[in-house]
Amino acid sequence: MAESDPHRPALVERLAPLVVVALLAAVPPVAQMLGDPFLIKVATRVVVFAIAAVALNLILGFAGLVSLLQAGLFGVGGYAVAIAAHHVFEAEPIGFSALAWEGSTDLALTLPLAAAVAGLVALVTGMVSLRTSGPYFLMITLAFDQMLYYGAVALQKYGGDDGLQILTPLSFAGWDMSNRWRFFYFALTMLAVVLLVATRLVASRFGIVLRASAENERRVAVSGIPPYAHRLAAFTVSGAVAGLAGGLLAAGQQFVSPADMHWVRSGDFVVMAVLGGLSTVWGPVVGAAAFVVLELLLSSWTQHWQLAFGLIIVAVVLTLRGGLSDLVHLAGRSRGAR
Amino acid sequence: MIRTFRVLSFATGLAALATTAAAQETPIRIGFITTLSGPAGSIGQELSDGFKLGLAKTGETLGGRKVAVTFADDQAKPDIGRQHADKMVESDKVDILTGVNFSNVLLAIAKPVLDAGVLYVSANAGPSQLAGKQCHPNFFAASFQNDTTSEAMGIHMQEKQIKDVYILAPNYPAGKDMVAGFKRHYKGNVAGEVYTTFNQLDYSAEIAQIRAAKPSAVFFFYPGGMGINFIKQYDQAGLKPQIPLYTGAFVVDQSVLPAMGDAAIGVRTATLWSEEFPNAASREFAAAFETTYGRIPSPYAADAYDTVLLLDAAIRATGGRVDDKAALRKALESVKFASIRGDFRFNTNHFPVQSFYLTTVEKDAKGRLYNKLGERIVQDLKDSYAATCTMAP
Amino acid sequence: MLILEQTLNGVQLGVMLFLIASGLTLVFGIMNFINLAHGSLYMAGAFTAAWVQGVSGSFLLAIPAAVVVTAALGAVLEIGLFRRFYARNHLDQVLVTFGIVLVANEVTRIVFGPVPLRMPLPPALAGSIEIVPGLPYPTFRLVVLIVGLAVAALLWAIVMKTRIGMWVRAGSSNRPIASAMGVDVDLVFAALFAVGAALAGLAGLMAGPILAVQVGMGEPILILALVVTVIGGIGSIKGAFVAALMVGLVDTFGRVLLPPALGSMAIFLLMALILAFRPKGLFPVHG
Repeated sequence: MAESDPHRPALVERLAPLVVVALLAAVPPVAQMLGDPFLIKVATRVVVFAIAAVALNLILGFAGLVSLLQAGLFGVGGYAVAIAAHHVFEAEPIGFSALAWEGSTDLALTLPLAAAVAGLVALVTGMVSLRTSGPYFLMITLAFDQMLYYGAVALQKYGGDDGLQILTPLSFAGWDMSNRWRFFYFALTMLAVVLLVATRLVASRFGIVLRASAENERRVAVSGIPPYAHRLAAFTVSGAVAGLAGGLLAAGQQFVSPADMHWVRSGDFVVMAVLGGLSTVWGPVVGAAAFVVLELLLSSWTQHWQLAFGLIIVAVVLTLRGGLSDLVHLAGRSRGAR
Repeated sequence: MIRTFRVLSFATGLAALATTAAAQETPIRIGFITTLSGPAGSIGQELSDGFKLGLAKTGETLGGRKVAVTFADDQAKPDIGRQHADKMVESDKVDILTGVNFSNVLLAIAKPVLDAGVLYVSANAGPSQLAGKQCHPNFFAASFQNDTTSEAMGIHMQEKQIKDVYILAPNYPAGKDMVAGFKRHYKGNVAGEVYTTFNQLDYSAEIAQIRAAKPSAVFFFYPGGMGINFIKQYDQAGLKPQIPLYTGAFVVDQSVLPAMGDAAIGVRTATLWSEEFPNAASREFAAAFETTYGRIPSPYAADAYDTVLLLDAAIRATGGRVDDKAALRKALESVKFASIRGDFRFNTNHFPVQSFYLTTVEKDAKGRLYNKLGERIVQDLKDSYAATCTMAP
Repeated sequence: MLILEQTLNGVQLGVMLFLIASGLTLVFGIMNFINLAHGSLYMAGAFTAAWVQGVSGSFLLAIPAAVVVTAALGAVLEIGLFRRFYARNHLDQVLVTFGIVLVANEVTRIVFGPVPLRMPLPPALAGSIEIVPGLPYPTFRLVVLIVGLAVAALLWAIVMKTRIGMWVRAGSSNRPIASAMGVDVDLVFAALFAVGAALAGLAGLMAGPILAVQVGMGEPILILALVVTVIGGIGSIKGAFVAALMVGLVDTFGRVLLPPALGSMAIFLLMALILAFRPKGLFPVHG
């Protein structure tokens, strides 16, 4: 192990994200073979949650910031897509006369919109939140999440607590997105792009500053680089990607509700990231898959599934300090030792 | 001739036997999605207990055919409910879905389930959207339309000429529906109308406002834990003897009454079923429930039990054919069965036309709290959304 | 008159929150440990009290039972599990205690069933007292108010004026030196955790007659207690007291004066505002 270069990850680790994406890509044909199209829906959910968890890990794993706002931003993206489609369905433009917009069902337009709105919310809340650190940061992001949540509950026009259904078919630049195969591969492409960009970002000078300031903020500040600006940028990017994921969730399940924004859902994203492993970009994808599948299986097997779920979380935190991706590291190491 | 006839009848008999056997090989699949975890878990428990008891009565069959029920926990989250619904429809290939208790969960799953050709027969939630504009041939509510219980209370309080009513409800769509339903029939003066945060814990501020407003009665809608908090605190504030409490069904039922204790005595409810209903089916249910589970049933359990009886009768009328959805729909629309609510029939929007009764919380001979049955408030109440339902598939 | 009553309501809610937040802030500040399972200890206190009262018929017997059982539970959790996490990061602490929250909720449901428990008040405390002419106030809420204030005074005296308090403060600021001075840090921490748990249990006991004793009752109150802890400054008993009163008053008046959507957000707005200007709370303890 001593001879391995820490800056050059082992082959197995560089291949891992490709393997993860390839495995996900294989789900629809396998589902077809098994005659169980529901598996594609599960895989879509995994992909969507993975995007949000990968985004969260940018600030959680690499900048050391535990944010509970992720679900709020996720929901903002979902509402952006759903509201735009709702106005088309109701044939009722948004805004007044000259500034009126008839809404849109084109994801090529509404997904970037979702990312932009969520990114903007992240920027504004981040400016305030990032003045704090540690547990205070955890709590102030929880406060902002609750505000967004109650804000959505108060949106009587858009269903309030009942949520908002998307009753028109959505497209992407003319492609019908109600086909679940097409939508799945569309979402998977998004995940692949997000993974690629995140990998580049983490390895860049920006990523190095981010990681260094998580380890020793003072040293970074003394060297003349402002950690605050870097963190704010990372927080905003993470928020925008969460908004994109939320938009995809709303498009995929044809509805969005304030329940998607509750702080417990933010906690779920943290669990996904930790479960998968914080030290790699792709770990959270594994975490999201494990989380979604466990939640589905356990809650249909037994009424007391949360008991098992709680014990699993405790066991993972006690034993696997690097999450499930540790298993790959361990495999890599044992191969290196041979 | 006679011989031929005998052979023939023997053959048809064999054929009949064969079809029954074939029918029994593949059970009717039912998906039951409800809230089994978290603070609302007690509601899901009541519903699934009632449903299981119904199936125990029919010998785990519906219309003579074996039944396989899959239960799942929606955690009170719409997207989790949706996932289970997708799984049940697509993987488990259920014939009928039921069980959901929260309107927001039901609204999230209804459209894809109904469009996939699966019947949804609600044992509890009955949101206004599905009774009106979004009504669907495959959707039936064996329970009630959300607004109707508070409408019934509105009718009662209007009849009794109660003036100056103070209204409280949580700030979410079902709360607003309840208040709207109440005011549809109550025309007296509203002394105050307050919407509180969903799942609020402390009501001392609101109770102080009530004391200051001096209304002649309070109409409130706080289901589950909220109701326990509110009623305990209202009683401790000493207001109960001065300003009586009125509510719709599912607020002071047996899923919360033991926890409320004496604080709930005297609360009046407009309900579609009470544990004291005198008809034979209801007595049988209440007695069986108490022997099986050791507690008095709530209207949640009652509606779930009644849903089983309803399905049993309708499926029997089709000869056990659940794959012929059109025939099953027809059978449901004109279903006749011994409901524990007495008379039961569906309106054109597939929501029940039913009577509502006044109950008051009192103590029984064993010292337990129960809802004492009073007068019938209204007979054959229809919900107010049926007119906007076009039933376009 | 109404303003007086609402102020009293706000203060009483604040004092209740202080009882829960004080244990949280002690453990948080001194062991540097975020304990989300604090809400579960509060739930354990309420269930123990309700059960003991249900079986024995005595409210007086329920008081020591709730306190002792939660203290013991706290000690068991500290020694068996949480102790290993003091040196780990906050994220691991949040996760492991979140896991315990899920376990605690399900175990409670399995043991006590899904239906909420009943916890009536003894007749002596059930009525109301006329504090000023024409303004009756529930007796039990006054009791909560007095107990909360007494606990606050007692805690302050112990931490600031006694040898135990000195140990506690020593353990928080410099663990190796404290050990060198002959303080058994492990024992002090276990005891401290048990005290924090007992405070949560006491809060649960007092919430029992006012709120629903049901599975999951710990989480909403935990969030409020965390808000109080953070506004006050982590580790500061004084801060927790001031913040608890602020939160109680803002929540009460927010509900009465603001439209519903804003009313539910009021305390979160308060927290965001305070942290924006004082990133380490009102009374920062460390640095």
